Parts: sequence; C-alpha cells; structure tokens
Amino acid sequence: MANARRSLRSELGRVRGLGSAKEGVQHWWMQRITAIALVPLSLWFVAGIVFVIDVDRATAIQWLGSPLTLGLMSLFLIALIYHAVLGLQVVIEDYIHSHATKLVLLLLIQFAGFGLAAAGIIAMLLITIYGG
Amino acid sequence: MAELMLAAKDRPVEGKKFPAPAGAKRTRTFKIYRWDPDVGGNPRIDSYEVDLDACGPMVLDALIKIKNEVDSTLTFRRSCREGVCGSCAMNIDGTNDLACTKYIADVKGVVKIYPLPHMAVVKDLVPDLTQIWAQYALIEPWLKSDTAAPARERPQSPEERAKLDGLWECILCFCCSTSCPSYWWNGDRYLGPAVLLQAYRWIADSRDEATGDRLDNLEDPFRLYRCHTIMNCTKTCPKGLNPAKAIGEIKKLMVERR
Ligand code: SF4
Ligand code: SF4
Ligand code: FES
Repeated sequence: MANARRSLRSELGRVRGLGSAKEGVQHWWMQRITAIALVPLSLWFVAGIVFVIDVDRATAIQWLGSPLTLGLMSLFLIALIYHAVLGLQVVIEDYIHSHATKLVLLLLIQFAGFGLAAAGIIAMLLITIYGG
Repeated sequence: MAELMLAAKDRPVEGKKFPAPAGAKRTRTFKIYRWDPDVGGNPRIDSYEVDLDACGPMVLDALIKIKNEVDSTLTFRRSCREGVCGSCAMNIDGTNDLACTKYIADVKGVVKIYPLPHMAVVKDLVPDLTQIWAQYALIEPWLKSDTAAPARERPQSPEERAKLDGLWECILCFCCSTSCPSYWWNGDRYLGPAVLLQAYRWIADSRDEATGDRLDNLEDPFRLYRCHTIMNCTKTCPKGLNPAKAIGEIKKLMVERR
C-alpha cells in the first residue's frame, strides 16, 4: 500500500494540474431545471397514458394528434432525455477513468439521447399532420 | 474503472495475538490494522486484549497503553488528546472518528481499528496525507485583500462573523473526505468535503476580497461537482460540522453569479 511516487513533480503542481475547467454550473443547473420540469410533465404523461389505454384507436389518435399534446409530449421527451443524459454523464465521469473510453461513452449517450428525442418528436409530428 | 476490491497483496490477514495480563477482570479485544513498509507483505490484523480497569476511557488511551506496555511497534498519530489537533483520525468500529474523543464503551464487542479508508498507508494507522494537504494549499487558505492594510484589525460585524460559525471549527482531521465515495473514486481531481469546507470558509469571510477568484478556481466538473450530496461527510464529522451544506452554498453562489 505504500504510495508509489508517480513522478518527481511537486504534489501542489500535480493537484493544480491543468487548472479548473470553469464549467459545471450549466450541467448542475440544467439537472435541477429538468428535474423540476419533469414533476408536472410526468404526471401529465401518466394521466395521458391511462386515458389512452381505455379508449378506441380513433380517440387515442385524436388526443395524440392535438397540438397541445404535441407540445407537452415534446417538452416531456426533451426534459426526460436531457435529464437522463446529464445523469448518465455523471455516472460515467465518476467511474470510468480511462480518458478514451470516457470520451467514447459520453459521445454515445449524447448521440443516443439526441436520436431518441428526434425520433419521438418526429413520430408525434407525423401523428399530428397525418393522423396516424 | 473504480476499484471495488483491494488487490490480493493488500488484503489483511490474521496477525499476532496479545492476551490480557493474568488476573484482568474486565477486558476488551482491539483488532488493529498493521502494515510496515520495511517488512512489506500483506497487512496484518493484530489482536490485543486490554484490561479496561487499568486503561483510560478513550480508544486513544487503549492505543497508547498498547504502545507503552505491550507492543511498542504500533504506529499512530496523536497530539492533543482532546479533539483539537485532528491527528488521531482513524476508522474505528466502521466509522471515521477521532480516537481521543471516542469512548471505548460506545463500541460494542471487539474494537476494530483501521487507518482512514482509501488512503495510501505510510505505516499501521498512519495514512499518507501528502495529496490532501496539497489540495488544501490549492484553495489558498489565507485572507486575500488588495485594500491597504488598516492601522488596526480588519473589522467585521457580528452578523458577518456569524457566517464563519460551523466552518472555523474544522480541525482538518479528514474524517469526512476519507468517508466520501466520490473522494475515494476521484480523489486525484475532486477536492473532497474537508478542503471544500475550508474553501467556503474563505468565500464566506466578509474581509476577503478574492471571492470571485476563489469561485473561478473551484468551478470544475471534478474539483467541485463530484459532490453528489451523499452526506457521508456530515454524518461522520467528529466536530459535528456540515461540509455537505458548505458545498451546497458554494454551488448556490456558482448559480447566483452566472
Ligand atoms: S469538516 Fe469535520 S471531519 Fe472534515 S476535516 Fe473538518 S473537522 Fe474533520
Ligand atoms: S455530500 Fe458530497 S462531499 Fe459529502 S460525502 Fe457526499 S459526495 Fe462526499
Ligand atoms: S489527538 Fe488531537 S484530535 Fe485526537
């Protein structure tokens, strides 16, 4: 367990490293904002799903295709996926210490998040425009 | 990846046993982590039976008694023996604490003593604090002011002074930082609760004029934002301080100044 000296650099030089990145507030702040936004949006989403389960197809499509649903659903998807990506980013930064692996994983979750949100919103648009 | 297990060579094995002196009526077993760089090999857990009728009430009393009377090779740090110097921090009965303010009576059964978790070990119960002291130096823990020094002291209102309560009492024992999972995984870049509480102590000081620079220096995904409010730090602090709250205050200021 002895502390194998990694280099001859002074300890202060090492902990100062490349300096502070001068970022992190945005990430932290957006995590709170999306969390707060998700409280009403999730309630609305669950209520909507409960409603849709019990009605016939035409009524369901009519509800899904309404501009209000389109707007709220898009907001819900963006908030949910944004929040999930920010959360996953934290987990990856916490546990993955290899710089290359970390970079690849961070890019992957961002592309995946962007793709999922785009697919969801396009699907909703198609329902609104073409009625399913 | 974060390492969840010790390497085979670092896992403690059962060590020597030192029985209580004949005739002792009220004894307690202390199991203590031992590792000597000059000997190397796996760390040992040695057992010492201590006669409580011939020992002071604190865990540190037992350690000193063992060192004086049973096994002089046992190595640990201590100085003030009254909870103000921060030297005797160690892991006692599964939590980080000061050996000098921890009653033996408050531990049930065998008293297990390890060095502060997840630090490199210098010897036995002495952790290597080189990095954490450098991190303390990084936050530049002294008053910074560009205003010419007044003829007398720099005045502070009672309200301004009150903002330092809960901060100035920190004795830098590092019980908190070494209990923080984020500090375990990313201690090379995350500053940890003790150093961040100290950073806030200077940010909150009305006499200091470098608040913005101090915040600049902390605004970093690793230095500050590895804190996920797990609260181990606050739970373990032997001085009853709340480093998690101090970190929360820094994060609030980061948002406020955007
Ligand atoms: S905040 Fe408490 S536990 Fe942490 S270093 Fe200071 S006194 Fe020790
Ligand atoms: S609140 Fe922050 S500093 Fe304290 S133990 Fe948790 S992660 Fe560590
Ligand atoms: S010996 Fe000073 S704090 Fe315990």
